[in-house]
Amino acid sequence: MSETRTDHMAYMEGMEVLEPGIMEEVIKAMNAYDYNSYTAEDVKRALEKEMRNPRDFAALLSPAAMPFLEEMAQAAQKETRKHFGNSVYMFTPLYLANYCENYCIYCGFNCHNKIKRAKLNVQEMEKEMAAIAATGIEEILMLTGESRKMSDVKYIGEACKIARKYFKMVGLEVYPMNSDEYAYLHECGADFVTVFQETYNADKYETLHLAGHKRVFPYRMCAQERALKGGMRGVGFAALLGLDDFRKDAFATGMHAYLIQRKYPHAEIAFSCPRLRPIINNAQINPKDVHEMQLLQVIIAYRLFMPFASITISTRERAEFRDNVIGLAATKISAGVSTGIGSHTEEEIADKGDNQFEIADNRSFEEVYAAIKSRGLQPVTNEYVFV
Amino acid sequence: MDEKKVNGLDKLVIGGHEFESRFILGSGKYSLELIKAAIEDAGAQMVTMAVRRANTGSGENILDYIPKDVTLLPNTSGARNAKEAVRIARLAREVGCGDFVKIEIMRDSKYLLPDNTETIKATELLAKEGFIVMPYMYPDLNVARDLVNAGAAAIMPLASPIGSNRGLCTKEFIKILINEIDLPIIVDAGIGAPSQACEAMEMGAAAIMANTAIATAGNITMMARAFKNAIEAGRLAYLSGLGRVLASGASASSPLTGFLQD
Repeated sequence: MSETRTDHMAYMEGMEVLEPGIMEEVIKAMNAYDYNSYTAEDVKRALEKEMRNPRDFAALLSPAAMPFLEEMAQAAQKETRKHFGNSVYMFTPLYLANYCENYCIYCGFNCHNKIKRAKLNVQEMEKEMAAIAATGIEEILMLTGESRKMSDVKYIGEACKIARKYFKMVGLEVYPMNSDEYAYLHECGADFVTVFQETYNADKYETLHLAGHKRVFPYRMCAQERALKGGMRGVGFAALLGLDDFRKDAFATGMHAYLIQRKYPHAEIAFSCPRLRPIINNAQINPKDVHEMQLLQVIIAYRLFMPFASITISTRERAEFRDNVIGLAATKISAGVSTGIGSHTEEEIADKGDNQFEIADNRSFEEVYAAIKSRGLQPVTNEYVFV
Repeated sequence: MDEKKVNGLDKLVIGGHEFESRFILGSGKYSLELIKAAIEDAGAQMVTMAVRRANTGSGENILDYIPKDVTLLPNTSGARNAKEAVRIARLAREVGCGDFVKIEIMRDSKYLLPDNTETIKATELLAKEGFIVMPYMYPDLNVARDLVNAGAAAIMPLASPIGSNRGLCTKEFIKILINEIDLPIIVDAGIGAPSQACEAMEMGAAAIMANTAIATAGNITMMARAFKNAIEAGRLAYLSGLGRVLASGASASSPLTGFLQD
């Protein structure tokens, strides 16, 4: 296998190449990040600052910060209140297709995994969206597997146009593309692009992404910049914690977002905080050393470093964890989630394609809404005008 | 000795030029014969000078009173728009004042507040002509970013109205610039006392520009020295990282992390 693997740092034909400045700076900072060098004093100093710099962020992500998790939570809650009040934003993801050309060994959608493949046609999309909108959801995040062939830009564009009819805010979590393609999807109604880098360690990345477009590390890492150049209003960042050294990956994720925000100050910034979940047909992958405590540390560190950023809490986590993290550090929560294709309608398209991963929180929109309210927080379904 | 650090202090770099001193002294408002002594006591390596004052045809020329080893920072005071500022800057270069220029554009003769919009325009024009441009501005983050993009070498936000000696009235906004802008942020105008200069430096300002506070002091040279020491103290405090301030009273709310499992 290895002799046929392509250079993961080389762009493929047709891929738009951007200045690698931010990527290089993030990688350099990550490589230099020695999390064992931080002390309790560094953590305390970082905690009481009004504005935190990358060094403070590094301290808050270090093992030295673990004994201060409660203090960090208190500080994070203050920042969250300051910037978001008691608002918690709600959305639902919609999986349009699960065809994939990538071979990511940890993912249920990977092209060698024998699962039921499907994609929604235009009528099915409309049905699914109508069903989701009927629950009260006003923000949708549309996802596809990474197949340009089976779900091309035009196909995603059609989905965006339909989504604009049913929702006030349309986000995308699809394969990375060129800025002109992002511009087209923006025109069709999408305004937010999230791309998970998975891991910022390029050597590790190479061993996990054996084939497909996704194998090209720099193309993926510059996706947020291309999305912003294409006119998107905001971009989301994430590392899949547990794939590699999670502290380094979380640090790189924060630095990536930080540097993008500095270069594109108008951009809205969001973090997602996924950790590995068991997947279909592979029982060996386990969420290594990222326990709830470490996951919370990462989420809080993001909040303290970039207090204005949106933080989404994944359905990979159990309901109690999610409910406790909203208002504390996370500001966005999904509801009525299914990671399969055609799962929001009861009719013939129901469960047309298999799921990407197992979720731990199956609650409906109403249930999550009620859970948010019961914590004295205000569920918000939209705060957005598409312009 | 460490090239970069003298007594723990690091160098200020503006447009590729290095300075050990972080005190930029103004040369207006006092007797010409005191300028040299003030510069020496201030330890200043950069001195501002109004081009309109250097440009007199007869009589004493302020340029003759500024030591030759000091970097001149001619300013465009008197300019009311970008066009006039550009003209004054070119004139400064012609009379041998070098490539540095501090842009001052005022359309208001009472408060002398800078015109940010015209300042952006002038910065862009002068940077293109190879000047090392240091714009004086009202602290506004968007304007600061525009100035960066226009080619500024440093940003000079005002602390309070020029000549007022009222200190850091715009503190919160200057802090934002320090946090967000990668160029040196030089606090200019309104700093009236060494303690205020020190506070700005502790915040992370790259340098202090002052004139009136020294020029109108009871003892000009002694005040120049006081500012020098205060600025150095502030820089050292910033570099060393301020100690922790303990909040009064403990916050005894219920634990937020009691829900954790696995």
